[in-house]
This record gives sequence, C-alpha cells and structure tokens, in this order.
Amino acid sequence: MTATSKYFSGAQKAHDAHHEEEDPKQYLMYDPKPRGEMNAMVMESMMTTSWKFWLVLGILSFLVATCFFYGWGYMINEGLYVAGVMRPSYWGIFLVNTVFWIGISHAGTFISAILRVFKAEFRRPFTRAAELMTTFGLIQAGASIFMHLGRVWLAYWLFPIPNARQLWPNFHSPLMWDLLAITTYVLGSTMYLFLPLIPDLAMARDRSTGWRKVFYRILALGFRGTEGEWRHLTTAMNFFAFAIIPVMFSVHTIVSWDFAMAMRPGWSSTVFGPYFVLGALHSGMGAVAVVLFIMRTTMKHMDYFIRKEHFNALGKLMLIVTFAYSYFFFNDYIVQWYGGDKWTDTLLHWLEEGPMAWMFYQLVLFNIVIPPLMLWSKKIRETPWLLAAIGLLINVGMYWERYLIIPVMLTINRMPFTWKLYQPGIEIFLTVGTFSMFLLFYMIASRLIPLVPVWEVQEGQMTHTLRKVGKTHVPTVSEFE
Amino acid sequence: MTVDLNLVGAKGAIAEAAEGKWGMTIDQDICTGCQACVAACAMENNLSFVGEEDAGYGRTQHWIRIERFWEGEYPEVKATPFQPMLCQQCGHAPCEPVCPVFATPHSPAEDLNLQVYNRCVGTRYCANNCPYQVRSFNWRDYHTIPERGNMVNGTLVFPLHNQLNPDVTVRRRGIMEKCTFCIQRIHKAQDQAKSEGREVEDGEFTTACAQACPATAITFGRMDHPESLVSQLAHQQRGVKHLEELNTLPRVTYLKEG
Repeated sequence: MTATSKYFSGAQKAHDAHHEEEDPKQYLMYDPKPRGEMNAMVMESMMTTSWKFWLVLGILSFLVATCFFYGWGYMINEGLYVAGVMRPSYWGIFLVNTVFWIGISHAGTFISAILRVFKAEFRRPFTRAAELMTTFGLIQAGASIFMHLGRVWLAYWLFPIPNARQLWPNFHSPLMWDLLAITTYVLGSTMYLFLPLIPDLAMARDRSTGWRKVFYRILALGFRGTEGEWRHLTTAMNFFAFAIIPVMFSVHTIVSWDFAMAMRPGWSSTVFGPYFVLGALHSGMGAVAVVLFIMRTTMKHMDYFIRKEHFNALGKLMLIVTFAYSYFFFNDYIVQWYGGDKWTDTLLHWLEEGPMAWMFYQLVLFNIVIPPLMLWSKKIRETPWLLAAIGLLINVGMYWERYLIIPVMLTINRMPFTWKLYQPGIEIFLTVGTFSMFLLFYMIASRLIPLVPVWEVQEGQMTHTLRKVGKTHVPTVSEFE
Repeated sequence: MTVDLNLVGAKGAIAEAAEGKWGMTIDQDICTGCQACVAACAMENNLSFVGEEDAGYGRTQHWIRIERFWEGEYPEVKATPFQPMLCQQCGHAPCEPVCPVFATPHSPAEDLNLQVYNRCVGTRYCANNCPYQVRSFNWRDYHTIPERGNMVNGTLVFPLHNQLNPDVTVRRRGIMEKCTFCIQRIHKAQDQAKSEGREVEDGEFTTACAQACPATAITFGRMDHPESLVSQLAHQQRGVKHLEELNTLPRVTYLKEG
C-alpha cells in the first residue's frame, strides 16, 4: 500500500459517508407511493375529524358570529363612532387589516405561480395550501375595506354600474384603482385556485359517496382525465400562472399608492410600491410556514407529504425575502430621513421616541433582525415549529408595520393643533372576527377539498426516478413534453 | 426667454393667475380668539354638537376652529396670535381627485370646493389628504341621540332642532363635511341679484363667521374685484397663505405681523 492509495481510500470512505447521509428516500419526490394508496391517504385526511376539530370549529364559528357579524352590524347601526377613528387618524385598523390580508394573499400566488413557472419541485405538495390563503385572505381584505366605509350600504356606488344619471366613479382616485386591482386579483386567483383543483375533485368524486359525491361531481365539471382534457387544463394553468404574476405585483403596488399618492409626511414616498410588494411576500411566506406547520401537526398523513425538505426550502425563500425586504425598508426610511423635510423629520422622531416606539423597534426586530439570524441554519429551517414561530413573528412585525404606516403616521400632519393618538375601539373585535373567519374558512376547506394537490405530487414522482448505477442509486429527473 | 405655461402644462401656475371668485382674509393681529366665529358657524350650518367625550377625542364638528399656539416652556410662555383655521377653498385642492365617487368636485361657477353630502360614501380619503385638516366626519347621528331628546306624549322631541337653519341640510352619519363659504348665502344673494338683473356686489352679504366677528378680523368678499375690501386686504404686504409650498392655491389669506 502506498501513501497515495491510502489517501484515496480515505476519500472514498468520506464520500460514502456523505452519501449515506443523503438518503434520497427523505425527499417526497424519490419516495413514491402507489397512486391508489396516496389517493386513499388524501381522502382519509379529508374525512377524519376529531372532537378537537369540532371544538375549534365551534369556537371559531362563535367568534365569527359575534365579533364579525354582530360587531359589524352594531357598527353599521350605530355609526363609526364606536370605532377608534377620528381626526387626524381618519383611517384605522380596518385598512391595516386590508393591507395585512392582501399581504398574506401574496404568498399563495408567489408560491404557486412563480414557483410553477420556474418549475421549482419543492412547491408540489403545498401549492394549494398557499393558494387557499390567497382566496380566503382576499375575502377578509375585501370585508375590511367595506367595514371602513362610512356608508357601507352605498358601497355599490364605487363600482362602475351604468345608471340613469350617468354618474361614474372617479378614475383619478387611487381608491378606485385599488378596488379594480383587488377585484381583478380575487377573480384571477380564484380561477387559478380552481383550475389545478379539478383533477383532485374528480379523484375525490370517484372515491366518495353521499352528499360529498354530489358536491364533487358538480365542482369537478365532469373531468375524466382524457388526453384532451389534460391538454386544455395544462394550457389554462400555464396561461393563468403567467397572467397572475403581474397582477400580483400590481395589486400591492396599487395598495401602496393609496398612501404614496397622498400628500402626507411619511406617506408620499416613491419606493412604497416595491416596499409593499416585498412586505407582502415577507408576511405571506411567514404565514405559509405557520399553515404548513398546523397542517402537518393536525391532519392525518400530512407528514408524508410535507417534509423537512419543504420547510428547508421555505426557510431559504424566507431568508431571501427578508434580505430584499430589509433593503427596501432602509431605502424608505433612510432616504426620507436624509431628505430632512420638517414634517417627515418630526414624524421619524415621533416614531423613534413617541408612545408607539415599541412597535417600531419590534418591527425592526421581528422582520429584519431575527429572521436572518435564525434562518441561516439548516437545523432551524428544518425544525417545523421553529420555522412556524419565525413566520408568526414576521407576521406580527408586518402587522405592526402596517399599523405604524396607517394610524400612527396619520397622527403627524402639517397642522400640529390636530395631533392626537389613535386608540382602537370596536376594531379589535372586528379584527378578531376577520382572523377567526379566515381560520374557519380554512378549516372547513381542509375537510372539503384535498389540501394536497395529489395529481401534482404524482406527476412529480413520475418524473423523478432513482436509477441504479453500480452500487448506488442516482436521482434523475426527466420532464414531461 | 419666457416659457408658455400652457404648453408645459404647469397646472398650478395657470390656476394661480386666477385669484378665485370668493375670498377671505383673516387678520391674525386683531383676532382675539373669542370663538364667536365658531359659534356662528355652528348655528348657521347646522353643525352637530358632539359632546364632551367625542370632542376630547378629536371628533369636533367645527368647520372653523381657533388654533392656539405658544412658544417656550412654562412659565416663560409667549403666546402667538390665534389662528382661525377653516377650509381654504383651494384652487388646486388635494381633497378633490382622491374621492372615488366624485363627492368632492370643484365648482366652476363659484370656484369653490364642494362636498356633495348625498354622494359621499365615507371613505375619508379627502380628509386624510387635506393638509389643513379641516374636514370633519359625521361619526354618528349626533342630531338624534336619544338621550338628548325629551319624551313628549310618547315621541322623542329634540329641542335643539328648533334652532336648525332651514337653508342647510342636516347631515346624517357616515359622511364628510366641511366649510362651504356659506354657499347658501352666496346663492341667496345671487338669486336676489339675478331677479334684479345685476351682478352680486361686494359687501352685499357675508359669511356667518365674518358677520359674527366682533373685531372684524374676518373679511369676506369678491376676490375677482380688485377694488373690493377683501382683495385690497389680501394684496397687502402682510398677507400670507398657509402651506403655500404645497401649491394648493388657497383662497384664504392670513394677515400677520403688520
């Protein structure tokens, strides 16, 4: 034995050890199950409900009935004085909620459309969970906008409905752009949610009885899985995946214009568009992490579909988004500070040492400091509860960010005589109501539609194979078409 | 070289050429801060009395308010002149373009900012965008709060309704309102003048706040007549306009440090 061969055998051992660590079976794509079994797993996860599920469902329904419906009805009946809005904070938590929910809704589109377009394989098992967040988040955003209106019973005046007096909405108003953008986004994202759902609904239709059978039969639109149907479906999905991406970017940019177009210190900032888009992605990614963690811990068989690799990939995405968000955060604040405008200066000082300063520092801590300090580590990224906790923190921070931008920044205006700090009133109940409604919708949906896109996972597993080369298995990926 | 402002589309510069039709001057040097204008405005325009709690929280329904400032720390406090603040009837108003339902149009005939009460849906964007913070929102139906009525033969009777001005709407909850330069008085004078076949003359009528001011600090009149009192006052050297740098082209001129 020469020295060189010793050296080589050592390297070989290290090489082997490395390969033993990387068991391809830990990846969902290389751990295939027969189709029938997987379909049965998804069906079972949908049908299984424990007493805990019904308890939580009952509590959430109660909260929705009291906080959302009764609270809103009470406010409509009494007038907006039951809320905390006043001069100078004419906008309050209702619009904070709107921006927050639109932010949450961004993750769905980002994860499913952008990752689909770029063919990122880790997206496959959780695209639907993210898309559902888009739809349900937008419902809450829409509700919050209407809560905020002084005379909500006349809200149809905001829509361009032909009328005898030829009175049209004002297309100069950013609120009008906002309404049109959100409507487009709701319609687009709902269709985009529905299209990939069709094959799964057809799968569920063939494996269910009773009312479920009727429900799935109606929704599946008679999908049988023929070659032509698949071709049409794939074309439509491709079309929507590309079309929804610009809509997603435009929606949050336009939401930011509600503020950026106004003549207020702190608001009229040209960087608000991309800053809000990144903020939306930031909170959205965090929310996806939370939802995936809850799905994995509470639903049956989900630990097969949602694995460490997915949390790892999501954690990496969160890390990148954190950096991008930080870039825009500093761009917004530092440039405004450097500008030295009298009112902006007052506002920034008020943020840093006023009564709401704790919120500002928590925002910096939760959104900019903690995520990069934690997410660099693969161990942390692969620990589901820890990633969910970081996601939750990011969402708290992002909620504070919107709170600071709307009622807190509104406090400082050019008329110091009117300065007054906003204190929320009934908004707190209505906020609890919107959060409960989101969770309630999600819980109901988790038992009505397959939360995992089975056909996408199966398609992925068909393209990923382990080829035996010598003694080892080499992962290979092919592509359809 | 002169630049044709019409060509470059400098909206503000063009609008500045026109002083507007109706204008106001407020002499801060003789204002005593007595709040008579505030009371007169509330009587004339059917403003709501919001009560102590709401007023303390920042929900006053005053179309004109007296802003009081001071310099220095107690006990070395130096008072600065009182500053009555009302809608400046901007020629280039920030509140106008942001309303999604056209409840805040500009009146070409009067050259005033209008507020169409029955069109307003209450998005409150106009109030956010108003740099003078002079718009007030009807947070509730203050005129019909049950505790303020008397039960007479089984029906609620509100004694304060007897003082309402029949020329002005009572606004319900959920809508925005602001100073109108007493547009009901403008219209009355215009109708009178029209029936007599003449133009409205300066000094024929005045707004409630100007009428009530015991120190005659507020003057209202035709800005487009160069010989009128208000335009002569406004063109003094001590005339200043608030937040002029925002190019809102206010129609109210403040006279200070004369």
